[in-house]
Amino acid sequence: MPAVSKGDGMRGLAVFISDIRNCKSKEAEIKRINKELANIRSKFKGDKALDGYSKKKYVCKLLFIFLLGHDIDFGHMEAVNLLSSNKYTEKQIGYLFISVLVNSNSELIRLINNAIKNDLSSRNPTFMCLALHCIANVGSREMAEAFAGEIPRILVAGDTMDSVKQSAALCLLRLYKASPDLVLMGEWTSRVVHLLNDQHMGVVTAAISLITCLSSKNPDEFKTCVSLAVSRLSRIVSSASTDLQDYTYYFVPAPWLSCKLLRLLQCYPPPEDGAVKGRLVECLETILNKAQEPPKSKKVQHSNAKNAILFEAISLIIHYDSEPNLLVRACNQLGQFLQHRETNLRYLALESMCTLASSEFSHEAVKTHIETVINALKTERDVSVRQRAADLLYAMCDRSNAKQIVAEMLSYLETADYSIREEMVLKVAILAEKYAVDYSWYVDTILNLIRIAGDYVSEEVWYRVIQIVINRDDVQGYAAKTVFEALQAPACHENMVKVGGYILGEFGNLIAGDPRSSPLVQFNLLHSKFHLCSVPTRALLLSAYIKFINLFPETKATIQEVLRSDSQIRNSDVELQQRAVEYLKLSSIASTDVLATVLEEMPPFPERESSILAKLKKKKGPGAVSVELEDGKERGELNGGGDRGGDAAIAASNASTPSPSADLLGLRSTAPVSGTTPSAGSLLVDVFSEAGPSATSAGVNDDGFLSSAPPTVASEDPAPPLPESDELLNKFVCKNNGVLFENQLLQIGIKSEYRQNLGRMYLFYGNKTSVQFVSFNTTVSCPGELQSQLNVQTKTVEPLVEGGAQVQQVINIECLTDFIDAPLLNIKFRYGGALQNISLKLPVTINKFFQPTEMAAADFFQRWKQLSQPQQEAQKIFKASHGMDTEVLKAKLLGLGTALLENVDPNPENYVCAGVIQTKAQQVGCLLRLEPNAQAQMYRLTLRSSKDTVSQRVCDLLAEQF
Amino acid sequence: MSVEKGHLDSFKHKCCEDLYQKLYILVFPCTLTVFVIYVPQNEDTEQQIIRETFHLVSKRDENVCNFLEGGMLIGGSENRLIYRHYATLYFVFCVDSSESELGILDLIQVFVETLDKCFENVCELDLIFHVDKVHNILAEMVMGGMVLETNMNEIIIQVDAQNKMEKSEAGIAGAPARAVSAVKNMNLPEMPRNINIGDISIKVPNLPSFK
Repeated sequence: MPAVSKGDGMRGLAVFISDIRNCKSKEAEIKRINKELANIRSKFKGDKALDGYSKKKYVCKLLFIFLLGHDIDFGHMEAVNLLSSNKYTEKQIGYLFISVLVNSNSELIRLINNAIKNDLSSRNPTFMCLALHCIANVGSREMAEAFAGEIPRILVAGDTMDSVKQSAALCLLRLYKASPDLVLMGEWTSRVVHLLNDQHMGVVTAAISLITCLSSKNPDEFKTCVSLAVSRLSRIVSSASTDLQDYTYYFVPAPWLSCKLLRLLQCYPPPEDGAVKGRLVECLETILNKAQEPPKSKKVQHSNAKNAILFEAISLIIHYDSEPNLLVRACNQLGQFLQHRETNLRYLALESMCTLASSEFSHEAVKTHIETVINALKTERDVSVRQRAADLLYAMCDRSNAKQIVAEMLSYLETADYSIREEMVLKVAILAEKYAVDYSWYVDTILNLIRIAGDYVSEEVWYRVIQIVINRDDVQGYAAKTVFEALQAPACHENMVKVGGYILGEFGNLIAGDPRSSPLVQFNLLHSKFHLCSVPTRALLLSAYIKFINLFPETKATIQEVLRSDSQIRNSDVELQQRAVEYLKLSSIASTDVLATVLEEMPPFPERESSILAKLKKKKGPGAVSVELEDGKERGELNGGGDRGGDAAIAASNASTPSPSADLLGLRSTAPVSGTTPSAGSLLVDVFSEAGPSATSAGVNDDGFLSSAPPTVASEDPAPPLPESDELLNKFVCKNNGVLFENQLLQIGIKSEYRQNLGRMYLFYGNKTSVQFVSFNTTVSCPGELQSQLNVQTKTVEPLVEGGAQVQQVINIECLTDFIDAPLLNIKFRYGGALQNISLKLPVTINKFFQPTEMAAADFFQRWKQLSQPQQEAQKIFKASHGMDTEVLKAKLLGLGTALLENVDPNPENYVCAGVIQTKAQQVGCLLRLEPNAQAQMYRLTLRSSKDTVSQRVCDLLAEQF
Repeated sequence: MSVEKGHLDSFKHKCCEDLYQKLYILVFPCTLTVFVIYVPQNEDTEQQIIRETFHLVSKRDENVCNFLEGGMLIGGSENRLIYRHYATLYFVFCVDSSESELGILDLIQVFVETLDKCFENVCELDLIFHVDKVHNILAEMVMGGMVLETNMNEIIIQVDAQNKMEKSEAGIAGAPARAVSAVKNMNLPEMPRNINIGDISIKVPNLPSFK
């Protein structure tokens, strides 16, 4: 018997659907629908009360019309009425309509919630399931508020039917995801974990999704699930294909559940209990063994299910990363799949192997498959698979195979799909840089990259090659020679012209000895490309020309001629015109010495995280390049070891957290200076004041050719506080815990607590690299008069911080009297020999010593009046810089440390607070009033306290928070 | 999207708005989309997702892999489309990285086998005329974007129970039902082929992946 009897149900609906299907045009369809809508509306409005069946039929029609893409603005009430029907079909249509059409219309929600409540307590499992489905599908906050307490009870109650338990588990999961704050952990949590042992596999399936989600958020509370999951898994894995009856899918016992169990285990580290661990390893081995057994069925479903489990098991093995034996077996298994005839398996194998490549145990084993992977890149018909192959090549690359892999990727680029070219370019550029032992190879690779895929070479890539050439003098001659040759091609990409212009402008002299690349030949070659280029490239070329005048005085006349031509000096583009005029003047007025100083060779660039890497990360999300960051030490090759790039530069760049967009010259942020061309008289002054060696930001040159600011040398003195340290301080005014600071090397977390006039702060210094920090030293100081206002004591920390480790420091703080400034925290350490010197403001602010004071309205106003002297009040009116959400405002005011007084201000929109600041010398009472104006997005903040400095300081601090 | 008469392509069902779980299900024949979406989207985006997904999926050859990286519309590279192609129908699930890809393929198979059992050799028209039933069946498997039950027999038992209740409530309404099937068959220019499910029914020659 078919389970669904076709044709049952509503005749009117079927006729209507047929009508719609027979409509010949969109207009006819709309006409038919409007007719139907009018009909339904009149029925609903009519005097005659509709019976349940008609109501159901019309609601169902409305639903159908909505699904066709038309708006429905009535019928909600009728649908809600259906919910309270006793008939299953009516109730069910009602719920369907509600799930699909109801948004948070508050009045209806109350009625709906009421109906759901009735159904939940009806003890009729079908009705309960309908209600739970509705909650799970709508999942709104109102529903969470109404039912978050009830559902856990249903879930763990002994007498609940299995099907209801299943729905309840998922319903709870849904509410937890939507409003985690409303689902409170309680004694039900431990009972939920025990659902893993439930007799009914469907209940286990549903419960495991819930447990996986809950335990990824609160791993400690659900720890016990590990051993239960392992024993359940082992029971499934060791069972024969007939044991589990219905849950056996094409001869594989409970594949879905096995996958879910293996996923759950991936939320935890390997089990500590030896017995549990042994059992799990046994399971994993069994799964790996089964893969080698002959299939029990030729059907694709059988192998699919079997392999689904296998891939999850491999993910778990990779996640644990601690069993070399299993890792190698996993790798071999994936190796087999790489050549499997099922495309799906090849795809998944390539993907899993990517993660396997980053494990030290299996990296070598992965590398043995290089030929297969390269072959996949070349021959796979499916772009998704080719993409995975490219990812894997990238992940398995190391010094030993870099040349081969880069060459293969480059040759693939010529035919690569457009959609993945840019990413491929970035990857080639990164690999070439990371594993370059020989820099001529690096330069060749990048120039090839520009030749093959010039359009996809982003700024970051060509900036980077120039940075490296400038920082490494052993490669400069070679680079000049190679670009010179590359530029001789009849058609070359504009990016090539940029690189060529820059490099010849700096290092053209290194190849000028050869008559085939004499200065004039170089210049003519560059200039032959000039007219084909865009404005920014032309600007760069003009700068290259002025550099030529310095490098090769013999070209001066020719170049001046070019600069003087109308097409330059009267160019309609302001930037080009300005450059032409200024360079021309500079070359004719300045003496050789001055020219030599102004146009000196570029100093080495401060080292920073490769901007290309940052770009790839942005493109792919953090996961994709994790391989990269792990072996930061390898990058030393290029980034740390440069003999000219030296330690000082590294320190300097790290002390001022580099912006990730780090462009080549650090100057692109400067706006083009003065839109008009400067008058001839002041020209020289302008040029010198902007381009002299002392100017750090040469305004004239967008590409910064002329700036030759020496890198700042790091000293042992504490660095001045970072420019953003005030902002960091502000972040902590209303909270006590969080991450204070983070750069590529170091993360500083804070936890603090205050009582009376005393405070204790825990600082956590995390080494984010894999290399140890040496001479790690931190000091806290109170500058100026703060010394007499705060008493700060610290213990010194260990001078060694291992890679990946965290050290803790405790700071005791005593507030003697009210204060304004914040104590300074200075951190110094050596990373790879380079001194790091960072200063921050410790987030200790006067409001931390607030003691909340509750008081009644009358009290408040009396005190408010008492503090009426003008200097006792501080007031600010400011624009809202964040949303004006009530809850957020309240949380911030409470975070400030004061008591938030309800029902005091006659205007309910306003907030008033009271507190006493505890210092050793005195107590300062403080009253606060915040008046938001939602319309104007403004606030007025008024502070009154018995001490003027306190009012002012608290007012200033708080004004930054909203 | 090649649509026979330019309508019914927006035959969709917006089931709930789940910020986290990214799973949606599309069933495409040329003229029909049963579309369940568990992520908050506005109307236009949904239409765009349908179009883009159909475009992505329909132009793929047989024998390529059944997974593809989603476009920006479905949340970027974190999410994947996993699809299966049965004769004139595509079943597409979109899932985030927390699901096993092969597991989802199995789930699609279970769904289709269940439909086939429930409708007795399911065909496109069954899905069109009984969209509410399709959703009921799906609701027994997937709830709010989360997998509820994977055992086909269990699902069928639930669906059966519902039908019984429906029957007992319908009473004498059986007669018009037969008329409806007649109307349904009469109105249609052609009766599409049945969906072929790997191991259950008739072989359709162009389905190499389900040997």
